Amino acid sequence: MITVLLAIFIPFIAACLVPFVHKFLTGRKIGWFVIIVPLLLFILLLRLVPSLSHGATYTYSLPWIPSADVYFLTYLDGLSMIFALLITGIGSLVVFYSIFYLSEREAIGRFYTYLLLFMGAMLGVVLSDNLIVLYVFWELTSISSFLLIAFWFHRKQSRYGAKKSMLITVTGGIFMLAGFLMLYTMTGTFSLRELIGMRDIIAADSLFIPAMLLVLLGAFTKSAQFPFHIWLPDAMEAPTPVSAYLHSATMVKAGIYLVARFTPVFAGHAVWFYIVSCVGLLTMLWGSVNAVKQTDLKALLAFSTVSQLGMIMSLLGVGSLAFASSESSHVALFTAATFAALFHLVNHSTFKGSLFMVVGILDHQLGTRNIRRLGGLATIMPITFTIALIGSFSMAGLPPFNGFLSKELFFEAMLSLKNANLLTMDSLALLFPIVAWVGSVFTFIYCMVIVFQSFLGKVPEPFPGQRPAHEAPIQMLVAPIVLGSLVLLIFFFPNILGTYILGPAMLAVYPHLGNMEGLVPEIHVWHGWKAPVFMTLGVIIAGTLLYRYLRYWKGVYRLGVLQWTLDRFYNGTLLRMERVATRVTRGYMTGSVRDYVAYIMLIFIAFIGIGLAGFQQFVFDFSNDAPIEMNEGVIVFVMMCSSVAVLFARSRITAIILNGVLGYSIAILFVVFRAPDLALTQIIVETVTTVLFLLCFYFLPEWRAEHRAVSMRWRNGLIAAASGVIVTVVALLVQGHSLYPTISIYYETASRIAGGLNVVNTILGDFRAFDTMLEVLVLFIAGLGVFSLVKLRRKKGVDRPEEK
Amino acid sequence: METLITLLVGVLVMVGVYLLLSKEMLRVILGTAILSHAIHLLLLTMGGLKKGDVPLLHETAAEYTDALPQALILTAIVISFAVTAFLLVLAYRVYQESGRGPELRGHQDE
Repeated sequence: MITVLLAIFIPFIAACLVPFVHKFLTGRKIGWFVIIVPLLLFILLLRLVPSLSHGATYTYSLPWIPSADVYFLTYLDGLSMIFALLITGIGSLVVFYSIFYLSEREAIGRFYTYLLLFMGAMLGVVLSDNLIVLYVFWELTSISSFLLIAFWFHRKQSRYGAKKSMLITVTGGIFMLAGFLMLYTMTGTFSLRELIGMRDIIAADSLFIPAMLLVLLGAFTKSAQFPFHIWLPDAMEAPTPVSAYLHSATMVKAGIYLVARFTPVFAGHAVWFYIVSCVGLLTMLWGSVNAVKQTDLKALLAFSTVSQLGMIMSLLGVGSLAFASSESSHVALFTAATFAALFHLVNHSTFKGSLFMVVGILDHQLGTRNIRRLGGLATIMPITFTIALIGSFSMAGLPPFNGFLSKELFFEAMLSLKNANLLTMDSLALLFPIVAWVGSVFTFIYCMVIVFQSFLGKVPEPFPGQRPAHEAPIQMLVAPIVLGSLVLLIFFFPNILGTYILGPAMLAVYPHLGNMEGLVPEIHVWHGWKAPVFMTLGVIIAGTLLYRYLRYWKGVYRLGVLQWTLDRFYNGTLLRMERVATRVTRGYMTGSVRDYVAYIMLIFIAFIGIGLAGFQQFVFDFSNDAPIEMNEGVIVFVMMCSSVAVLFARSRITAIILNGVLGYSIAILFVVFRAPDLALTQIIVETVTTVLFLLCFYFLPEWRAEHRAVSMRWRNGLIAAASGVIVTVVALLVQGHSLYPTISIYYETASRIAGGLNVVNTILGDFRAFDTMLEVLVLFIAGLGVFSLVKLRRKKGVDRPEEK
Repeated sequence: METLITLLVGVLVMVGVYLLLSKEMLRVILGTAILSHAIHLLLLTMGGLKKGDVPLLHETAAEYTDALPQALILTAIVISFAVTAFLLVLAYRVYQESGRGPELRGHQDE
């Protein structure tokens, strides 16, 4: 099914086109080109919904690196569908909203390029079946999120937030990759679908727990779960459409997607349940408690997103128990938790998206989003107020909004834990609903803060806006109105969503249950006086009371525990790492070439030395040696002596003469070793070299004795000695072995092939003529260098750029 | 013979590396020259020494020495000459520009 593949690639192609199209569609008009992409994909995907609801799935395979088992396999099932619809649906609304949100002076082209890049990457995450492909897209979403947060890069806070989110999510991603690789070593496949089929093999492996923890680490960092949530509030420096899109509706839900996707692989194990549900609940509590104290509306929404993500995560944890249960009634109870998770995922995207857009409108119209400077806006901006009311009350879990339905299901799922007798947890079964309830109370409080403190009450003096405030232009209100109506529609017709969208997704999470029957509970607005209803009533009563007397107990937040200790830890770690890195780098980057040469030699010694140490056969074969004659022995002896004497030469003339001795002796050795051409060349070159060296007398000062510390001399001496020894040993070893027959016989056909009798000459001039030509080129370049160094002088009055 | 030359190569490498690590630029240049001498001998030794006649083809010879290392060395000699010449002129220019003896300095020496 090629649509699935196109869904990934169209945004990328469009992203490439944006800079060019921007030339014709100047200013914010480029948005109308961009909006085509998500809208088209949304419609295309929507057409597949009916067949998916009958259990169909779509795949499309493209070989990428077949030798490494990497196929670009796209796979669309119910779970991918929810996310793909959110990405394209919310994406269309956000693009529409952003057309009127962004000012003409912004770098609009860049903004949409990044946004499309993100869209493609995110669709890639949810649609790919191969884990490596998934990982690549996963990191690509982190990168595009980084670029979008740092969109106003002239602000220090934006850069800080972008770096923070990048560091945390990418680090988590790398851990996740390690988990994927472990899964590969267990099963030999990167395909998600095949992994699900090998559930039993994976569960029996000793790498099961490590792989699970690593994959969860990736999911938790991405979905801002405690204690990795600290990046999300700082990511709010991004433009508001980005916050609405990436940091509430889509990217932060990638972690949820991953956990849901891997539920059929890992679920059923107690560790999975405990970690996912406990981390989720803790995140929910921590996020909602922290949200109440925020004064910046966007920061408040960021913490509320953290909290809501925690809630979804904990539901997925409870849902995993269905794999450990055998009684069908229990299975149905726990699958209902996963259903609640997916249901709330959709609901959260609708109400949180609309709330972010409302905050963006306030920011746009009034120039502030500080709660203390807002108030009494309900009469000035009635439509905005209505949307904010719908969104907040839905988030608080009040009827008649969709949040009420999923909140009820949430309570029910938490209460159902008392049936989980498979995992020994009697006392915990009580703790879970309590924590969930307390978290919900705080959720209720911050929702009231949004509505009452910014829209009701007195209009503050002086009024924050530069110009008199009035309702936002209708174009900006369209997107939040659509989302707000969805909030209401889902409340009245939840079962349509449940059957067509959530049902297939449930099947993707619980493939072993076979069919959708029984996986999709009927959602009722009213289901009698049962525990969840009482819990909701309790939330409303306690929340109202606490909100009423907020100013009396707000001092609690000044307690040390609730301060930004995690943030401080992050900043401190970063600072310390930078300091250590600076110190280490300063330690070895001395700026002295001598030291660098020493490093090179040391590494040479270490690597070859270690290689030699591991070498088993030390065979020194001297049997093939040619006999040594008297005169040759004398020459070698002279060379050794003169080379060592160079080291101790007091004046440079001695050193240069000794070097000459070496050169001419080698020429004699060449004669002895049947190499007349070499001998001739060596004599000529040595003569010219010596002349060049002697020219130094005229142009350079006498060299100074090396005043070096004794330790330095020892260091250099040891390095030199070790290099000499290693070269000797390797050379001797090589002579004892002959792995391949010689190829030199070939060149003895020289007279026939090349028409020459001197083999060396034919090699240079014929067989390897290109080599020789390039060698001439090297000589030529060196000559040019010599010439320019000697002749070319800077003209007076010309600046030296390097000294500026 | 091969063993003896290999030992000579070892000594030359030792001297060359030690000179490379010194401060005075002239010593460094000498070091590169000596190091290339060492490598030339090493290459020749690898092909076997005095194993046959001079590689000039004629009918009376039964066997020739390996001509390939010789060709390689011939190239290497010329290149190392070019490098030495360039380095010397570089040292000269450094002296001209800075007025100090051509020495290699790092942060610590400043």
